[in-house]
Amino acid sequence: MNIPRYLGVFAVLVVGTILTYYAATVDLDFIFPGANTLVALLIAFTKMTCVMLFFMHVYWSPRLIWLSAVASFFWLAIMFAYTMQDYLTRDIGVFMQ
Amino acid sequence: MTADYSGTQKLNYLNNGFTLKSWLLTKDHKRIAIMYLITISLFFLAGGIFAATIRLEMLTPASDLLQTGTYNKVFTAHGILMIFFFLIPSIPAVLGNFLLPIMIGAKDLALPRINLLSLYIYWIGGLFTVWALLQGGVDTGWTFYTPYSTTFSNTYVMAVGLGIFINGFSSILTGLNFIVTVHTMRAPGMTWFRLPLFVWAQYATSLVMILGTPVIAITVLLLAIERFAQVGIFDPAIGGDPILFQHMFWFYSHPAVYIMVLPGMGVISELISNFSRKKIFGYEFIAFSSIAIAVFGFLVWGHHMFVSGQSIYAGLVFSFLTMVVAVPSAIKMFNWTATLYKGSISFDTPMLYGLGFMGLFLIGGLTGLFLGAMGLVVHLTDTYFVVAHFHYVMVGGQVVAYLGGIHYWWPKMTGKMYSEFWGKISAMLVFIGFNLTFFPQFILGYLGMPRRYASYPEEMQVLNIFSSAGASVLGVGMIMPLIYLGHSLIYGKPAGDNPWLLPGLEWRTSSPPPTENFEVMPVVTWEAYEFGEDSGLDLEAARAREAAKV
Ligand SMILES: [Cu+2]
Repeated sequence: MNIPRYLGVFAVLVVGTILTYYAATVDLDFIFPGANTLVALLIAFTKMTCVMLFFMHVYWSPRLIWLSAVASFFWLAIMFAYTMQDYLTRDIGVFMQ
Repeated sequence: MTADYSGTQKLNYLNNGFTLKSWLLTKDHKRIAIMYLITISLFFLAGGIFAATIRLEMLTPASDLLQTGTYNKVFTAHGILMIFFFLIPSIPAVLGNFLLPIMIGAKDLALPRINLLSLYIYWIGGLFTVWALLQGGVDTGWTFYTPYSTTFSNTYVMAVGLGIFINGFSSILTGLNFIVTVHTMRAPGMTWFRLPLFVWAQYATSLVMILGTPVIAITVLLLAIERFAQVGIFDPAIGGDPILFQHMFWFYSHPAVYIMVLPGMGVISELISNFSRKKIFGYEFIAFSSIAIAVFGFLVWGHHMFVSGQSIYAGLVFSFLTMVVAVPSAIKMFNWTATLYKGSISFDTPMLYGLGFMGLFLIGGLTGLFLGAMGLVVHLTDTYFVVAHFHYVMVGGQVVAYLGGIHYWWPKMTGKMYSEFWGKISAMLVFIGFNLTFFPQFILGYLGMPRRYASYPEEMQVLNIFSSAGASVLGVGMIMPLIYLGHSLIYGKPAGDNPWLLPGLEWRTSSPPPTENFEVMPVVTWEAYEFGEDSGLDLEAARAREAAKV
């Protein structure tokens, strides 16, 4: 990968940062409560994917590296999912009582 | 150091350079392992002194030896030193570092400089933590629960946290190194299913280290951000949630239990099979149960939070998964037992530790099921029952396995044989002292004695005296190896290359091994733990040969 392409990725990251800032100034709660967080996370996720694929060379790496990269996201998903199963069911009470 | 027949000393990793520089800048995994061994022993001693202080205080119902605030700091220091600086690095960084490359027929780990770096990070993290403890310590318990740790505690929370944060990178690098090594450095013929089970266990442990440790680092970082910048993450007063801390903390710290005990299980697989002189029963099952423990160990952390305010539905799921994760551990226990069946068992010191592990880990594991049951745990949470349970797993399991492994591989590491007599005595003292210390704590916990208090009701004193008395026996049993192993370094008989007559690759090189581990690159043509007729490893025949020579 050559320097202009790296700069291209860098530009994507800068645009992402500006977008994050802009999105934070608009109240998106009219879509659903917490939509702002979701948008911010989506942008962050895209930026992070760019960093991993290009700056960290995962894109050009053998399958085993891909597997370990994907596995770490799978583990992150486990952490989020099992934590959320607590938060999302906490207010239901004990067997709907 | 073994002398060969011409009387000159054979070059090995120990006499290949004597300067300080040749140690501090070494890339030899064996020298790094020895430096880890020395440091880890010092931390074990420090943690042990805190443990002794705790047991002294608990001798009487009143808080008379220590003030209550000091007592909090003492048990916190005990937990932090033992968990982060002894239990987690012990088997991987000492025995794993020394033996993993030899057991797979490699010259070194795949990333020797990274290996040295991980040692230095461990030193820096350790020194930093010790400094913070000397400055005044921390009183939150090793768990750092919020909001106490972020808002109320006026002790050195962040300094100790930073020490643990730094130290975490040491275990990440060690794990990474082991994984790369097992993938890329195996000798010709060393297929995955010929790997010794110790290597499988190290591999599974490394997966947990890599996937889990970054989370504790981030958690400590978030703690710092909240403490310094008042960003609401864990403190409800500024919009955070204290239970989120427990989720993140235990996402690492439950798997960390497996970082501690999985390598121990690997050592036990070696001991049970080799000292029964029999191919291990169910090799594949034991290998894959390590991987299963590593994976499922990540899905059960909520069992530490049953009474924290966590949703009862989450509790149900975590309770069920906790029962599930007991299955692979049970698979190992059954396979070890089946290996013993009709084996030709010899009761050498390492095997005594191995058998001790089986008894103690059984009790530790089964009482874990009590604590995974959502109803019973309401009564048992934060009592001495929990303390007894995890000491049965951590000390009865991991420390006993570590000591067994040290005795087993000592002749290989040093080239010297220790006193078998004193070895057996110490193994038995550890077993007896351990049970005397911690079994009464199950009863105390069941009776409702809470952990982490300096005082307790008078009717509980008798059991506490038993426990403290046991601790002193345990202490003697643990100090003894220090003496006779040290003694063996100078006065020990030369061990020879294969003192136990075993088939593993580590027994096919000299003791102590040369710097490059093998004089010629080994080619593996045998399965693990092969004690066949033609293996030349018949103990009876060897004894007969020995007798004929005399
Ligand atoms: Cu747990």
